Amino acid sequence: METILLQLLNGLDKGSAYALIALGLTLIFGTLGVVNFAHGAIFMIGAFCAVTLSKLLNLSFETIDPEKLDFLGNPAKVKTPYVEAWFGPEFGHALIDWSVPLAILFSIPIMIAVGFAMERGLIKHFYKRPHADQILVTFGLAIVLQEIIKYFYGANPISTPAPDAFKGSFDFGAMLGFDPNMIIYPYWRLIYFGFAAVVIGAVFSFLQFTTFGMVVRAGMADRETVGLLGINIDRRFTIMFGLASAVAGVAGVMYAPILSPNYHMGMDFLVLCFVVVVVGGMGSLPGAVAAGFLLGILESFSSMNAVKSVLPGIDQIIIYVVAIVILLTRPRGLMGKKGVMED
Amino acid sequence: MSKTDLTRRTVLRTGAVAGAGLALPTIFTSGARAFTNEPMGGTVTLGFNVPQSGAYADEGADELRAYQLAVEHLNGEGDGGMLNTFSSKVLEGNGIMGHKVEYVTGDTQTKSDAARASAKSMIEKDGAVMITGGSSSGVAIAVQGLCQEAGVIFMSGLTHSNDTTGKDKKANGFRHFFNAYMSGAALAPVLAARYGADRKAYHLTADYTWGWTQEESIAAATEALGWETVNKVRTPLGAGDFSSYITPVLQTDADVLILNHYGGDMVNSLTNAVQFGLREKMVNGKNFEIVVPLFSRLMARGAGENIKGILGSTNWHWSLTDEGSQAFVKSFGTKYGFPPSQAAHTCYVQTLLYADAVARAGSFNPCAVVEALEGFEFDGLGNGPTLYRAEDHQCFKDVLVVRGKENPTSEFDLLEVVEVTPASQVTYAPDHPMFAGGALGACNAG
Repeated sequence: METILLQLLNGLDKGSAYALIALGLTLIFGTLGVVNFAHGAIFMIGAFCAVTLSKLLNLSFETIDPEKLDFLGNPAKVKTPYVEAWFGPEFGHALIDWSVPLAILFSIPIMIAVGFAMERGLIKHFYKRPHADQILVTFGLAIVLQEIIKYFYGANPISTPAPDAFKGSFDFGAMLGFDPNMIIYPYWRLIYFGFAAVVIGAVFSFLQFTTFGMVVRAGMADRETVGLLGINIDRRFTIMFGLASAVAGVAGVMYAPILSPNYHMGMDFLVLCFVVVVVGGMGSLPGAVAAGFLLGILESFSSMNAVKSVLPGIDQIIIYVVAIVILLTRPRGLMGKKGVMED
Repeated sequence: MSKTDLTRRTVLRTGAVAGAGLALPTIFTSGARAFTNEPMGGTVTLGFNVPQSGAYADEGADELRAYQLAVEHLNGEGDGGMLNTFSSKVLEGNGIMGHKVEYVTGDTQTKSDAARASAKSMIEKDGAVMITGGSSSGVAIAVQGLCQEAGVIFMSGLTHSNDTTGKDKKANGFRHFFNAYMSGAALAPVLAARYGADRKAYHLTADYTWGWTQEESIAAATEALGWETVNKVRTPLGAGDFSSYITPVLQTDADVLILNHYGGDMVNSLTNAVQFGLREKMVNGKNFEIVVPLFSRLMARGAGENIKGILGSTNWHWSLTDEGSQAFVKSFGTKYGFPPSQAAHTCYVQTLLYADAVARAGSFNPCAVVEALEGFEFDGLGNGPTLYRAEDHQCFKDVLVVRGKENPTSEFDLLEVVEVTPASQVTYAPDHPMFAGGALGACNAG
């Protein structure tokens, strides 16, 4: 029982990340009809926004401390962050400590700008081209982006911890009447799940309850008719591309304390998220979210020792097995609509 | 329709001309060179095959810095570094036997096929007489095999799997770096002394040659001291989030988690384990402990504060105070502004050892170099008295047991040396079961 509860929690936080990335992928596919393989790179850039803000807040000036020696035996240089000098040690330290949550605000304009630049600069030239061309060009773009990040930040993972207040873990076991220390879960992962729920709720509300969202939904259903009504649907779709980038970006920011960011993390998520989108049904937003959580939880359960002792290696292929089964029984995915990618 | 005049004479004539043409390149080369890539002019070319892209690129960059420094010192530039402390004194700073040292580099990408392709290109196109480098055992074993076939010497870089000088050993290949068995033999007594002999260990292991041999070595060494191995779980390389492998540990009665991971996997699994509160956990009335048997300072940086207090082993550390280490740290630190990694150290030392062997043998012929390195005893290169054992081409020297430092004084000051385990304690018989199954074979000069 404890194991099942723990793996459920594990699946929820993994599923949160899948759902957030898949949501952005589906938004772009549904509005612009583009299969965007660079979306994982956007998630990675989001995580590096957290790294960048943390580095910026840690920018320091050096003073020489004659008492201490460096590794070569010369007087050591002691670094003091500018923010601590400007705002006092306590407030300065708190700013550095809270760099990841602050990076959400920092990342949103950056990610929207990156999304606009990608869409206007490259992807719009491929709207009328076959999906194979779009996949090739966006995949190439993803590699370029990750190499740029590697050039500036190196290849090793960079530790980006959560604020001290959220370190440690919550003991569900004690709360639910099990043995203490049996079901413990890190605070930050619980926050991630809550955060994902809020972001997903906000995106759905935006599309459902605003005029802008209504026009976008109408455009997704029938782009030509909306265009004939005199509405500049292309501009709205560009904005949606920016929004999808921001969603993936903040998902990356919040993921940084869970997984020390490295240049390759986007690619690791991308393939899985495409499976999520296909399983959920191409173009279906609720499908993407449901499939994200479903596959996250299944992946988590399949890595239980009890399961692996019966089916060795199942944790590596479970997602693909489920994808095959669902596509065989429901060719359009869980919530796919007729006509999407079928012309 | 065309008519073909095919007579006995024309067939013979054409055959003779074609045969001579095909034989021509080998007639010239075999007559001119006694072995593969014999240096002909006033220079000799070494091939540095390191990961310049991919997940280990930072480690590869540090290896390359060390190689460049070694080349400088061999050519008589700079302060001479460890040439001044090396017990063998045949290197005079005039290149190798008067040949100025030049080098070419290849990118292993930490992929066996890419590493073999780049090594092949350096041997065939650039005329490299020796290949060295790498940051993965899979790559080291692949390139070592290639060098054996091509008839050049391979001086491996960072490779820790028992197999490199065990079942996959080759006559043309040499390893200075320590191996998984040695980590186990050095670490187990320290673990037993600090954590007690009555412990239950849970292994998470990277699923490839290095992970398997390390898991086997650590489990054997700890079990010999009374520990029980509760479970061994293999994890895919580059799993990213290890939470689904960490949480099952909570539900066992294990009180030690051993992470047989390296690089990004180590950073992620350790970070996850700390996040799940394992270090605050009490099991069987004891504090839960985490062990990382192979530490790398470059990668420890990625794990941040999570490495504090964690025990592991390492081949070398810049804080060592012997003359050789200090000379190397000074040269490297002055040139680049930060201390060298253990990968940089082993690569620098391997280059010097190769050059020294050539100079002592009086020849670049790989078979002469093999003979000079086999059974060679030396000192002054940072690990105390060391033996290049003839039976398996493995270096035997002291091993460092280290711990993540609680109060680092700088960004490089991440590990502290807890114990220097003497070479005698980590030495094993050449026919030890963990290293069985292979043979050096005969050296190949091409």
